[in-house]
Amino acid sequence: MSQKQILKEKIVEESPRDDLIRRERFPHIWCPGCGLGTVLKCYVEAIAASNIPIDKHVIVSGIGCTGRIAGYVRLDSYHVTHGRPIAFAEGMKIVRPDLEVTVISGDGDLVTIGGNHFIHAVRRNVDINVFLVNNFIYGMTGNQMGSTTPLGAKSSTSPYGCPEFPFNLPLLAAALGAPFVARWTTLHVRQLADAMKRALQVKGFAFIEIISPCPVGFGSYNDLREGRDFIKLFLENCIVDHSADLNKVGITLRPGEPIILGNFVDREVPTYHELELEVFRKAGWLK
Amino acid sequence: MSGELKLLKPGIHFMMGNIACAEAALIAGCEFYAGYPITPSNEIAEHMSRRMPQLGRHFIQMEDEIASIVAVCGASAAGVKAMTATSGPGFSLMMETIGLSAMLELPCVIVDVQRAGPSTGIPTFVGQGDVMQARWGSHGDYELVVYSPSTVQEFFDLTIEAFNTSEWLRIPVIVLSDEVVGHMYGRLQVPEYDKIKIINRKRYSGPREEYLPYSSETLVPLFVAAGDGFRIHMTGLTHDERGYPSLEIEDSHKLVERLVMKVRKNAKNLWKYETLYLDDADVVVVTFGITARSTEEAVRRARNEGLKVGMIKLLTLWPFPEDPVKVASQYARRILVAEINMGQLIHPVREVAECPVAGINYPVGYVPPPEYILDGIRAAV
Ligand SMILES: Cc1ncc(C[n+]2csc(CCOP(=O)(O)OP(=O)(O)O)c2C)c(N)n1
Ligand code: SF4
Ligand SMILES: [Mg+2]
Repeated sequence: MSQKQILKEKIVEESPRDDLIRRERFPHIWCPGCGLGTVLKCYVEAIAASNIPIDKHVIVSGIGCTGRIAGYVRLDSYHVTHGRPIAFAEGMKIVRPDLEVTVISGDGDLVTIGGNHFIHAVRRNVDINVFLVNNFIYGMTGNQMGSTTPLGAKSSTSPYGCPEFPFNLPLLAAALGAPFVARWTTLHVRQLADAMKRALQVKGFAFIEIISPCPVGFGSYNDLREGRDFIKLFLENCIVDHSADLNKVGITLRPGEPIILGNFVDREVPTYHELELEVFRKAGWLK
Repeated sequence: MSGELKLLKPGIHFMMGNIACAEAALIAGCEFYAGYPITPSNEIAEHMSRRMPQLGRHFIQMEDEIASIVAVCGASAAGVKAMTATSGPGFSLMMETIGLSAMLELPCVIVDVQRAGPSTGIPTFVGQGDVMQARWGSHGDYELVVYSPSTVQEFFDLTIEAFNTSEWLRIPVIVLSDEVVGHMYGRLQVPEYDKIKIINRKRYSGPREEYLPYSSETLVPLFVAAGDGFRIHMTGLTHDERGYPSLEIEDSHKLVERLVMKVRKNAKNLWKYETLYLDDADVVVVTFGITARSTEEAVRRARNEGLKVGMIKLLTLWPFPEDPVKVASQYARRILVAEINMGQLIHPVREVAECPVAGINYPVGYVPPPEYILDGIRAAV
């Protein structure tokens, strides 16, 4: 019994943002060395720093290790079906434009099973924030490969190495017209929290790809067994280049090939909400 | 400017079933429509795309039917009435999320204008093959309500009823229409607005600390919307009364039992049906939807021939109206179930009937002509 108990008490005492965390739900389910705690921390910091009333913030997650974030944040929080949080967030945001709706979910969730919703939500420029945690794998279901698994990487369903090319997500989001596109790792805590703050301000679809350690899942198949192995990987390979050519930011994880980070895109694009108001005008509802 | 004035005027109209459905949704207070094009439901979306913005309400065409029903759930979580409409292939895609709607207790209305299946089937022709899917299509234990109209008027009335029931019980409600009822033009009487009953989900307004989003004190917990300041959690995982994931047997039991019992305990109030010539009937035809129109004609002709035949037209398919069928079966020698499929509604009928039950089944794609049903009746008498 007691180990869990002790851990629980310790975490509760040290929780820096009690007001924004459902501390009664700790200890969380994540493995030692996992990057998801950092994602959670950055998100609550960004919320606290945003000038938006806390009660207007809503988080929507899908299914997966990352999807559990919704259950740990003390906000209106919705943990929906696998792959569908973006569509849920769209419905919510369209009827309540005053809410600040953020989707935080996994790579498998958002761009593999949910890829269709992702591309269309970016294209429509619905004013939501999507923070995608890329751990290169389906963590929760037992480390199967997905659409972000680098070519050649091993997983429980790619024992000979992944035979598929992964998505280059910043390129995809930018090509679809997203007003804000960034990529950071959980090692870059400050930059990640700042990018989140910016995303909360941006009008329209704001996308951040968060590269996150998964030592117990992806790592155990690819010689990155400890959290610190990922940190070392990030320290040695990450390059910050805000004006990078997005054609060249695909991630290979091959030795000597960089992981390029930055706030790549920050531009104004008319939002779905603005365009819908135009419809209301033409229909005679608004003058 | 009042939206009320822009709703369909009370009085007599002549219109297409699908459009009557859309106008009914507007009157019921639908604020959000999301859909994906599919025959034979398209007129609903087309009409909504024109009408919703006139009332300052939201229409969106999503990338598929999964996105449509999920967006509907998102809008419902934000506190508004929301709907989608589709047909067989799209209905199949919605199944997982119908379970989500039941589990999160987010009211929504799904209109399925049935067409001939299986698979792509005959998109422009009629079918009644989704009876079982409507009830059992999503995995796990849950209950919902399914209405089935046979006329333009019923399509209108039952669409309003569907919103009311979904708001009352916080469940997904399905209007199981079909291609012919959807596309037929018919007489529609719109009552004066003060005669139309509109139900809105009950909201919680007490102290924040005392709120339990999934309280089992009542069968239907009180609702709060995103942005109301309660910082609630909703999850498709089995959850406790706080809405938090739970692996405990008591929580699982309490939750699933409540999800099921809120429909079962109210079943009698949910049953809608009409009967014809039941008093002395030896043979009773149980039917629904467009098949009820043919059956009514067949039963009248049979009566002219001196045959003691009656019928029960079910407007509620699920929860299955057990009592009227059971009682009829205690007096009749035989019950026939007429439907445009190879035998679906016949199963719950058999479950309750105390006399032999046989099907009058017609090939999917076509409405059985009265003669066909009359032949079935003659054979049974
Ligand atoms: C429709 C459906 N298919 C499959 C699953 C099983 N499943 C749960 S989580 C998951 C993958 C999660 O991967 P990702 O989104 O990358 O999240 P992570 O666990 O890596 O954070 C899958 C396939 C499911 N819940 N629903
Ligand atoms: S499997 Fe990976 S992503 Fe999931 S909790 Fe463990 S380390 Fe984190
Ligand atoms: Mg993942």
